[in-house]
Amino acid sequence: MPNLKVTIAGVEFDNPITVASGTFGYGSEMKKYMDVSELGAISLKAVTAEKREGNRPPRIAETPNGMLNSVGLQNPGVEAFLKYALPMAKQLNTKLIANIAGKTIDEYVFVAEKIGEQVDMLELNISCPNVKEGGVAFGTNPDMVEKITKKVKSVAKVPLMVKLSPNVTDITEIARAAEAGGADALSLINTLLGMKIDVRTRKPILANNVGGLSGPAVMPVAVRMVYQVANAVKLPIIGMGGIMTGEDVAEFLLAGATAVSIGTANLVNPDAAIKIKKEFIKFMENNHINDVSELIGKVVMNEWQ
Amino acid sequence: MGASYLCEIIEKKALLPDLYSFWIQAPQITQNATPGQFIHVLCGDGVLLRRPISICEIKGDTLRFVMAVKGKGTERIAKFEVGEMLDVLGPLGRGFSLPKQEGTALLVGGGIGIFPLLELGKAIGKDVEAILGFRTKELITMQEEFESVCTKLHIATDDGSFGHHGLVTTLAEQIIHNQKVGSIFACGPMPMLKAIKELAEKYDLFCELSLEARMGCGVGACMTCVCKTSNDAYAPVCKTGPVFPASEVSFDA
Repeated sequence: MPNLKVTIAGVEFDNPITVASGTFGYGSEMKKYMDVSELGAISLKAVTAEKREGNRPPRIAETPNGMLNSVGLQNPGVEAFLKYALPMAKQLNTKLIANIAGKTIDEYVFVAEKIGEQVDMLELNISCPNVKEGGVAFGTNPDMVEKITKKVKSVAKVPLMVKLSPNVTDITEIARAAEAGGADALSLINTLLGMKIDVRTRKPILANNVGGLSGPAVMPVAVRMVYQVANAVKLPIIGMGGIMTGEDVAEFLLAGATAVSIGTANLVNPDAAIKIKKEFIKFMENNHINDVSELIGKVVMNEWQ
Repeated sequence: MGASYLCEIIEKKALLPDLYSFWIQAPQITQNATPGQFIHVLCGDGVLLRRPISICEIKGDTLRFVMAVKGKGTERIAKFEVGEMLDVLGPLGRGFSLPKQEGTALLVGGGIGIFPLLELGKAIGKDVEAILGFRTKELITMQEEFESVCTKLHIATDDGSFGHHGLVTTLAEQIIHNQKVGSIFACGPMPMLKAIKELAEKYDLFCELSLEARMGCGVGACMTCVCKTSNDAYAPVCKTGPVFPASEVSFDA
C-alpha cells in the first residue's frame, strides 16, 4: 500500500482525496452511499453569516462534458451550521474544511470568528460578489484578495486556505495577493463563468442567466492554473476541476497540487470520490510509486524553442 | 458494488414515438421502493449527468419506468436494448403517502405525469379512480393498466378527440360533487398542479403533488434541483420531494 498521507498547512490528511464545497452538502446525504472517513477531507457547503435562500431555479444546466450551476450559496447561516450541521459532520471521522462566504469583508470576518477552531481548516470562498464594491467578485481584484485574506487571517484560529476564482487574466497575480495577505494554502479552481441558451425558448436555461462551469471540460484550464500558481507561490495547493479518474488525480499532483478535490463527479456517483481514490491507488501501485510526494510538482515541461 | 446498481433491461417497448417503457431487473431497488419515488439513470457515452425518471410500476424484483425522449440524455437512454445493463441509482426521494381518509382516492395525471400514479393506484388497491389528461387521442397511453388497477378511469383530451373535452380539473371537480372523495394525488405540468392544489383547498381534501426538476446529484447534496416552498424557501425536489403536500408547494414566480 503506497503512502498517501499529505500535510497541508500543518493539517495532516490521511490521503490527498478531498471533496469540493457545494457538491457534498454537510456530508449527511452521501454517508448512506460510502464510508466518508475514507476521504482525506470534506470541504463543507459554504456558510454565510445569515441564512441564504439561494437563487431561483433552474439552477443547473448540463453542457458538453460539464455543467453550469447557479445555486447561489443556499445555506442555513452560521448559527444553524454550528448548531446542527457541524456536529453531524464531525461524526464522519474525516478532516473538515469550512468554506466561508459573504457579501462584505465584515461578513467573512464574522463567520470566521464564529467558527473559530471547530473545524480543521477554513476555505475562503472569494468568488462571491462584493456588494460594497458594486458586486464585483472579491476574487478578481488582487488588492481586495490581499485585504480580505489579511482580515480573515487575523481572526482565524485554524489554517486559512483561499479558493481562487479562474475568471481572471492572471491567476498568479491573485495567488501572490493571497500569499501576501497571509494565506496558509490555496485551492483552485472555482467554477468558470458560463451560459447556456435554450434555442427553442431563446432564453438561458439558468434562471440566473449565468452560472459556474465545472466538470471534465474545465480540467485543462484547472491543470494549467495549478501549474502556474505552484510556480508562483510557496503555498500548498488543493487542485480541482473536472477530476473523474485516478489518473486525473495524478495529473493535478504532477502539476503541483499537494491534494485534490472531487466535485462534479459526486453528482454523477455519490461514491465517486472513493472510486477515484481506489483508481489512484492502483495507478500508484502499477507505476511503483510508493509515496504521493513522488508525484507532487514533478511534471517536466517541454523546452520552448 | 457501489452506490448504484447495474440493472439488466428485460423488456423494452415504444408506447408512442419517443415514449419508451422499460422493465429492468432491480432487486436492490424494488425491495425498498415505494410509489412516487424515482430512479436516477446514467445515460451513457457523452452525457455526463444522470436523468431522474419516476418509477411507474414494481413487480417482484423488477421495476418499470416510462421515459419520454426530451433531450440528449433521454435520447441516449432510449438507445439501450433488452439484455443491456443500465446503471441506476435508487430508490430516491419521498414518495406518496397511502391515504388514510375515507372516500375515493383520486389520481390525477397530465401527459407524461401519469406514470408514477400507476404504482400508487396498485398500492391503494380499492376505491381509487384515475383522471388522466392528454393533448389528443393519439397520445393516450396506459389505458389498460390504469383500468385494471383503478375502480374507474376517466380520460380527458385537450382537443376533445376522446373522452372529456377539457381539463382534468373539471372532471375532478365533477367527481368531487358526485361522491365522497378523500384525497387527491397529482402529477403533471405545473399549471395542472396549481389548479389541483386550488381544488383541494376549496374542498378541504388531503392532497399531494409530485414535482419534477432538472437534477444534479439526486440525493439532496448539491441543492440544484430545488422548488419554491410556501414559506418562501427552496427545497430539493430529489430529497424533500418529489412528492410534496400540496400546501407546501408555492406557485409564485
